[in-house]
Amino acid sequence: MRDFWRRYRRNKGAVVGLVALLAVMFMAATAPIFFPGSPWDMAGAPFMPPGEMGMLLGSDSLGRDVAAGIAHGARISLMVGAVSTICALFVGVTLGAVAGYLGGFMDDAVMRFTEFFQTIPSFVLAILLVAIFTPTIGSVVGAIAIVSWPPVARVVRAEFLSLRGREFVQAAEVLGKSRMAIVVGDILPNALSPIIVLASLMVASAILLESALSFLGLGDPNLMTWGFLIGSGRSVIRLAWWMSVFPGLAIFITVLSLNLVGEGLSDALNPRLARQRGGSA
Amino acid sequence: MEAAKLPGFLARRLVKAVIVVLAIVVCNFLLVHAAPGDPASVMAGQSGAADPLFLEQLRRQFGLDQPLHVQLWIYLKSVLMLDLGFSHRQQMGVATLILERLPATLLLTGAAFTFAVVGGVTLGALAAQRVGTWADSFITVLALTFYATPLFWVGLMLVLVFSVWLEWLPSFGMSSVGVPMQGIEVVLDVARHLLLPSLTLGLFYLAVYARLTRATMLEVADQDFVKTARAKGVPEGRITRAHILRNALLPVITFAGIQAGQLLGGSILVETVFAWPGIGRLAFEALLSRDYPVLLGVFFCTSVIVVLFNLATDLLYAVIDPRVEVG
Repeated sequence: MRDFWRRYRRNKGAVVGLVALLAVMFMAATAPIFFPGSPWDMAGAPFMPPGEMGMLLGSDSLGRDVAAGIAHGARISLMVGAVSTICALFVGVTLGAVAGYLGGFMDDAVMRFTEFFQTIPSFVLAILLVAIFTPTIGSVVGAIAIVSWPPVARVVRAEFLSLRGREFVQAAEVLGKSRMAIVVGDILPNALSPIIVLASLMVASAILLESALSFLGLGDPNLMTWGFLIGSGRSVIRLAWWMSVFPGLAIFITVLSLNLVGEGLSDALNPRLARQRGGSA
Repeated sequence: MEAAKLPGFLARRLVKAVIVVLAIVVCNFLLVHAAPGDPASVMAGQSGAADPLFLEQLRRQFGLDQPLHVQLWIYLKSVLMLDLGFSHRQQMGVATLILERLPATLLLTGAAFTFAVVGGVTLGALAAQRVGTWADSFITVLALTFYATPLFWVGLMLVLVFSVWLEWLPSFGMSSVGVPMQGIEVVLDVARHLLLPSLTLGLFYLAVYARLTRATMLEVADQDFVKTARAKGVPEGRITRAHILRNALLPVITFAGIQAGQLLGGSILVETVFAWPGIGRLAFEALLSRDYPVLLGVFFCTSVIVVLFNLATDLLYAVIDPRVEVG
């Protein structure tokens, strides 16, 4: 563990990313304390520029506090990012493990299925799914999970393919362990590092995807999100630039920090690769 | 690849493409039936409030009282005859609506793609030649930034800077309204309108292609045939162009094929921001009025475009690299 941290720390960007990510998490956790009450309520006059009437980031067309919207939106963004990633991981790991461990026909079938999902325009599918199943937090999370599992399946399959022939797996087979026990207990733990790295990047892209959906008006109508804030600021950008600029910066900082953390995790979990990269750059 | 193998290769790819297209139609069919409520009202695009006569006509047309597999067959047949349904809202066939809007989207995505590939490969090549210099750090920062920025927000910020503050470029539509123009003026006017949307859509991919080109060029530059060329005294500029870059382009082509779907998805956001009259904007309007036949049609059409584009990149790949195993 200390070794892990030492290697992680060597990547300066990753440390900055981690600090920024913790700050966003802090903002999400303390939103009800610093901005009590609903972010949908009027807090002052409409179209107030940043700093006026005690509103740090200005107010929107209905006099709602933009800063309150951003703080409360952080909760939704992080939550959607995390939950949809967990769902996508579940689907991807299951399919990838089946394909990689069983091989043969199952491998072919699963890979064709995965390829299909990678060919179709995933954002258009996500829009269609949320629109047809009506925009709720559940349909948004589901749609994001459905379009983001394919890379997981591919990575897990490749890991399983290379691990299933190794001695420790053969030993487990000789010992008479069940397939399920071998897959979950022996192979999966050894395939974890690429999955963890991928997961951190998936949370980032899930947040981007969620913001795009709610920008198009496909967010849960009861929840304040960053994408919704930008979407409502779009038509009045000539009047109130702050309505679209600040929520966008929030997305940018969150996603960037997640990407940086992902790179740091990759360096810390695959020390050999990191050294190679350091050597060539 | 021997010329004799090409037809077989083409045939296999075509079969695969047809299967993918069929699967998309089945996917659409399942979505209509999985949706909450009556499939007929989903196809009418207005749950509950639809005209009963029209609903009755839809039920008859799609055989909604018959078993599911019969319905699927009817649906498949109508889609394959390019009947994508009828938009009750717009009082127009979905296929006509989409075909009308398609050229604008192809212009936008084509311009963005060209900008991304030309800019990305140039930047990437520069960075690979000067590892550790400004070009190198520039593409790293560029990639990190655009990997983390929502596309629609980039568009809005460009509008804010170049249309609202500087007033250099239009932020809206595809051509100026109410200004009589002819010949070259029309082209220039569309080009001015095209600039911001295609920049918005292209910047992210520019960063992606720049990184990819840099990485593969560094990899290829280490290989023996490059050392041989250098030992033979081939000029350095020619080595970069004819030996390294040509080989480094292969992954860029592969990637372009993979990204085609994302480019079309991104155009929905960009067309929404810039009111660009393409199928993305059509999808957004359909979204606002919950016009499901149009949404399903847009999903089908964009998928078909991606499949066609992938066929084209497969072919291109075989032409550029004769060694490629296409079997």
